[in-house]
Amino acid sequence: MLKLGGGGGGQDWACSVAGTGLGAEEAAFEVARPGDQGEVGGWGPGWGCTETPDSVPRASMLQAGAAGLAHGGKGAEEVGESAGGGEERWVRHPRAPALRLLNRKPQGGSEEIKTTENDLQGGRLSQGPRAVPPAQSMGDRGGQPERSASHSPGAPAGTSAALVNGLLHNGFHPSPVQPPLVCSRGPAGGGDAAPPRLPLLSELQPQPLLAQHDSPAKKCRLRRRMDSGRKNRPPFPWFGMDIGGTLVKLVYFEPKDITAEEEQEEVENLKSIRKYLTSNTAYGKTGIRDVHLELKNLTMCGRKGNLHFIRFPSCAMHRFIQMGSEKNFSSLHTTLCATGGGAFKFEEDFRMIADLQLHKLDELDCLIQGLLYVDSVGFNGKPECYYFENPTNPELCQKKPYCLDNPYPMLLVNMGSGVSILAVYSKDNYKRVTGTSLGGGTFLGLCCLLTGCETFEEALEMAAKGDSTNVDKLVKDIYGGDYERFGLQGSAVASSFGNMMSKEKRDSISKEDLARATLVTITNNIGSIARMCALNENIDRVVFVGNFLRINMVSMKLLAYAMDFWSKGQLKALFLEHEGYFGAVGALLELFKMTDDQ
Amino acid sequence: MAECGAGGGGSSGDSLDKSITLPPDEIFRNLENAKRFAIDIGGSLTKLAYYSTVQHKVAKVRSFDHSGKDAEQDHEPPYEISVQEEITARLHFVKFENTYIEACLDFIKDHLVNTETKVIQATGGGAYKFKDLIEEKLRLKVDKEDVMTCLIKGCNFVLKNIPHEAFMYQKDSDPEFRFQTNHPNIFPYLLVNIGSGVSIVKVETEDRFEWIGGSSIGGGTFWGLGALLTKTKKFDELLHLASKGQHANVDMLVQDIYGGAHQTLGLSGNLIASSFGKSATADKEFSKEDMAKSLLHMISNDIGQLACLYAKLHSLDRVYFGGFFIRGHPVTMRTITYSINFFSKGEVQALFLRHEGYLGAIGAFLKGAEQDNPNQYSWGENYAGSSGLMSASPELCPTQRARSGTFDLLEMDRLERPLVNLPLLLDPSSYVPDTVDLTDDARARKYWLTCFEEALDGVVKRAVASQPESTDAAERAEKFRQKYWSKLQTLRHQPFAYGTLTVRSLLDTREHCLKEFSFPDPYSKVKQKENGIALKYFQGVVRALDSLGWEERQLALVKGLLAGNVFDWGAKAVSDVLESDPQFGFEEAKRKLQERPWLVDSYNKWLQRLKGPPHKCALIFADNSGIDIILGVFPFVRELLFRGTEVILACNSGPALNDVTYSESLIVADRIAAMDPVVHSALQEERLLLVQTGSSSPCLDLSRLDQGLAVLARERGADLVVIEGMGRAVHTNYHAVLRCESLKLAVVKNAWLAERLGGRLFSVIFKYEVPAE
Repeated sequence: MLKLGGGGGGQDWACSVAGTGLGAEEAAFEVARPGDQGEVGGWGPGWGCTETPDSVPRASMLQAGAAGLAHGGKGAEEVGESAGGGEERWVRHPRAPALRLLNRKPQGGSEEIKTTENDLQGGRLSQGPRAVPPAQSMGDRGGQPERSASHSPGAPAGTSAALVNGLLHNGFHPSPVQPPLVCSRGPAGGGDAAPPRLPLLSELQPQPLLAQHDSPAKKCRLRRRMDSGRKNRPPFPWFGMDIGGTLVKLVYFEPKDITAEEEQEEVENLKSIRKYLTSNTAYGKTGIRDVHLELKNLTMCGRKGNLHFIRFPSCAMHRFIQMGSEKNFSSLHTTLCATGGGAFKFEEDFRMIADLQLHKLDELDCLIQGLLYVDSVGFNGKPECYYFENPTNPELCQKKPYCLDNPYPMLLVNMGSGVSILAVYSKDNYKRVTGTSLGGGTFLGLCCLLTGCETFEEALEMAAKGDSTNVDKLVKDIYGGDYERFGLQGSAVASSFGNMMSKEKRDSISKEDLARATLVTITNNIGSIARMCALNENIDRVVFVGNFLRINMVSMKLLAYAMDFWSKGQLKALFLEHEGYFGAVGALLELFKMTDDQ
Repeated sequence: MAECGAGGGGSSGDSLDKSITLPPDEIFRNLENAKRFAIDIGGSLTKLAYYSTVQHKVAKVRSFDHSGKDAEQDHEPPYEISVQEEITARLHFVKFENTYIEACLDFIKDHLVNTETKVIQATGGGAYKFKDLIEEKLRLKVDKEDVMTCLIKGCNFVLKNIPHEAFMYQKDSDPEFRFQTNHPNIFPYLLVNIGSGVSIVKVETEDRFEWIGGSSIGGGTFWGLGALLTKTKKFDELLHLASKGQHANVDMLVQDIYGGAHQTLGLSGNLIASSFGKSATADKEFSKEDMAKSLLHMISNDIGQLACLYAKLHSLDRVYFGGFFIRGHPVTMRTITYSINFFSKGEVQALFLRHEGYLGAIGAFLKGAEQDNPNQYSWGENYAGSSGLMSASPELCPTQRARSGTFDLLEMDRLERPLVNLPLLLDPSSYVPDTVDLTDDARARKYWLTCFEEALDGVVKRAVASQPESTDAAERAEKFRQKYWSKLQTLRHQPFAYGTLTVRSLLDTREHCLKEFSFPDPYSKVKQKENGIALKYFQGVVRALDSLGWEERQLALVKGLLAGNVFDWGAKAVSDVLESDPQFGFEEAKRKLQERPWLVDSYNKWLQRLKGPPHKCALIFADNSGIDIILGVFPFVRELLFRGTEVILACNSGPALNDVTYSESLIVADRIAAMDPVVHSALQEERLLLVQTGSSSPCLDLSRLDQGLAVLARERGADLVVIEGMGRAVHTNYHAVLRCESLKLAVVKNAWLAERLGGRLFSVIFKYEVPAE
């Protein structure tokens, strides 16, 4: 009943969408092959650290994986060093003990992390359920996950797969040579204190380098560090990645303050990545850069540059990984910070195929830190956050900036494929309240089944033209007017898709009507659940984010209306310009944080 | 919203035969006396309610005029029995498919003879659509009632009047249905009505309820969206499709996003991350079954989640689900239950109602009958006339289900007096009368069903013999046999059909069926004869007792109570003996008793207690006629009176087996008073009070007792409750905890039960309990 009859306004505010379907390439990200590297700025061959021939054909995944392995063996020292460096960062990392386990542990670490059994005994999975995506299955057999060693990071099977010539993938001997403490909750003495979690802008400023490195391996790392100009910065390129159920969100920091010296030192491969990403707005068939979201002249980790926002479908992930392999991305020795379920799902593939070690991060942590960061830097001088004035009056309803300087407490509703709802009390105090499986994925999935459309854009376009009241049964369809006993307006939706119980009506509606009804149904349902959560948690600000809102004015206005109308003005719906990218930004921030902690 | 609207009308009856396949007089029973009507027309089913009167034959007892000489007394029965007609009120509810509505209205019109009714209360989405038809056919003015008000009124009514109305549904457990005992205070609760949309209503009192929220994603969404996705038109077929599908093919699960890592992260991989998340692709076909299943989960989860959020916000833990989406469908009850458990983490229980489909009709009827104050009365489900809960067996295909459920009946008898809790119960909200739950205990169920089947011949014979003058007794007795036999077969397959199956419900069902076929009291003559014989022995027994020393006498009194209790026509072992040897006497019965120590033996404790101060007032629930009441109970009562204890003697209001009824007890007491000055003066001084229990069952439900009895027990400060007999003290109340001292006595006259209790046939239960400090 908590529904608003149609007429929520069209897409008068559609964001510009970088064109899709440019070129006929099958690949998600256009993969530079030998021969066409020129077009994309020579990304691929000819860069420093390894000997991997650029002539590796566009091999099948398996072949690529094998090549990657072989490469790992050959270049064991250097590659291992890279991973080892990462590992060292790890053991010094003083923060977020609970998150540790979520991240891929170095194989050279303590026994504690070797099996899933130990993982569980370690009691550090307490954060796990918080990251549970919404809703549950009705699986015929209960929901108890069976532990299977072969799929567990750090489990014996995975470890042995990574063994090459008696060395672990990262170049460490498999025996636990380090004292067990090294891998436990953090540096001695600092383990229990909860250090600040969010490196806001000021905290991202360079810190003096503490240690001198003298081993050959460390020298190599030192050289790499130079890539980003300062020794305590991570090496370029700087990526943050959020691999969701439907979309992969990638943020890329393009340094604009590159000195001539740096330019000269910048390895070809790195340069070609930079050129490729910044000079295109579409990558392959499905990769897109949201140019309108680009954050310009941003200072991150002491460097000035632009932050780019890129997305591509999760189903293209394998092609993306393969490209990483073919372009020998691993030679850049950057740490790839990734969040979202895909960070776990594809971790093995990244390692096996592209020889890349993911730094896995909790998605809700990243979401919140990313959101707070982007809001704090603003949107190129404009505010990041906005709301709708007069949400219940279609004539006067308009977008207005909102100052989120003091955001707590807020109810954060993240609408991706599914929906997660968080109550955030401070930058490092939040809880996952609930979630629902009726999210963006449901809208698109149902639209595809009902209308035969194929993309989100297509579905939204149809929805903008449709009229849901043909599909839905309204209160007045049942009662002939308002249902006064309960104070319900006749225009309220009594039953979503309720008219579709009748054959005649099924035969008389358009695809556009169906798309609109699907959109309205899903949106209002999220609004309804969010409103109840806000009441239960006693929070009056509800921030809606996630890619379900991308170019989706209908939903935003519906949510603004629903929050206002049903709470009699008590609740405020807030929105953010970079709606779907906060997880990726949060992941990037972790990259700096890791280095900072050194 | 409350009910699926007219949009779905007719769509589920298309393939069925349009003619009424059952004889309508079996459906619209008692129509000629119908006085008031209400109708609830849903999307596919019509529920008709009418109030009618039933003419029963009842056996009345009356004392002879004793002004004459007592010369012939030896050969004369102690009182006379006459069969009289009695009129009682009954509520009839009939559920049938909308397809039959016209035929049904015609039938009603033809048979409606003596009604003065001018108005019919109507509710439900379809009331609008069929208004003209009803007015034309029945010449009654249609008075539209608010859907939700009717629903709530109906819900309150069934929760108050039907024990075991609410149940939890657990798919993979045995039994699937777990009935709740009625809480003495049914408020507040949350009613989630899943019609085409969802309404969530908070009910605080009989008249106060509030719509606190709802959702447009409901049964209509399942049906409408399901029809679009699968091209399947009928709701039942969609559910059937869903029950065969694999939602993981359509839904994006946690494991699809996290890969195998969910295991390490402690996530459940089977959780749905995004409903229909996998169908966002053009190059894959999805099966109807899988889509229907995914849709079912999506909608059930969503409703469950919202229900939990509302329950939490309003701090309510009792949530009842109704509406056509639920209506007896195991598939949806299961998914809703799962969802509620998941989202509330077990804090909220999903409850369903046996008569959920009738709530609107009941409520509409009550609305129209307000001047008759139906809420002042207590009502009881008539097991003989009610269909019971449909089978939830998944093997039954939906069309079969629809057919077998084409007609469904519910009958509620108006009880003469309101029933209430016995104020002496320690915790009325947790009191469960029955000792063994036969729904739960398959072996016990099998035994008792067989036992009742085997005893059926004897009951039929006795019924015929009780009416020697009647020409159609044999025919009616045969009908009774068929009816009760078929009830037993139904219960074999659906033990949950009338709530928790117990020995009590089996006995009560038999009594209802006997009454149905005008065998109001098959044992009246037997009881008359036994009472006559026992009265003759009374003085001798009392003299013998009086000659004993105090301590000896106490044991003899207890043995007398127990021996009297052997005379119970309800137990097969005893009726065999009695049928073959009518001279089986009191002394023989005593000899048959188990020697002390008894199976349960707290006699010594009781004796100690008797050496202390007298009880203020004893409440005694009597069992059988004849030797039991006259030679067992009355001497015991007499001893209590001697001690200075007041006695309330409670007997059944109506007949059941050879149990002594209230009216018989009055005559018996009179006769004894004439012989015994102690009883005489106690009756005169109201130190001995005879009351009725309000029940006509061989068992005893202390939560449904006559209000007068409850008031009296409180006023007189009853501090001892004596419950005698297998039906009252073993089948029921064996575990009942009271606030005062209690004595539960019985002779176990059933070998199986004796064995269950660890003893042998004719084992003795003597359970004296003192409440904990």
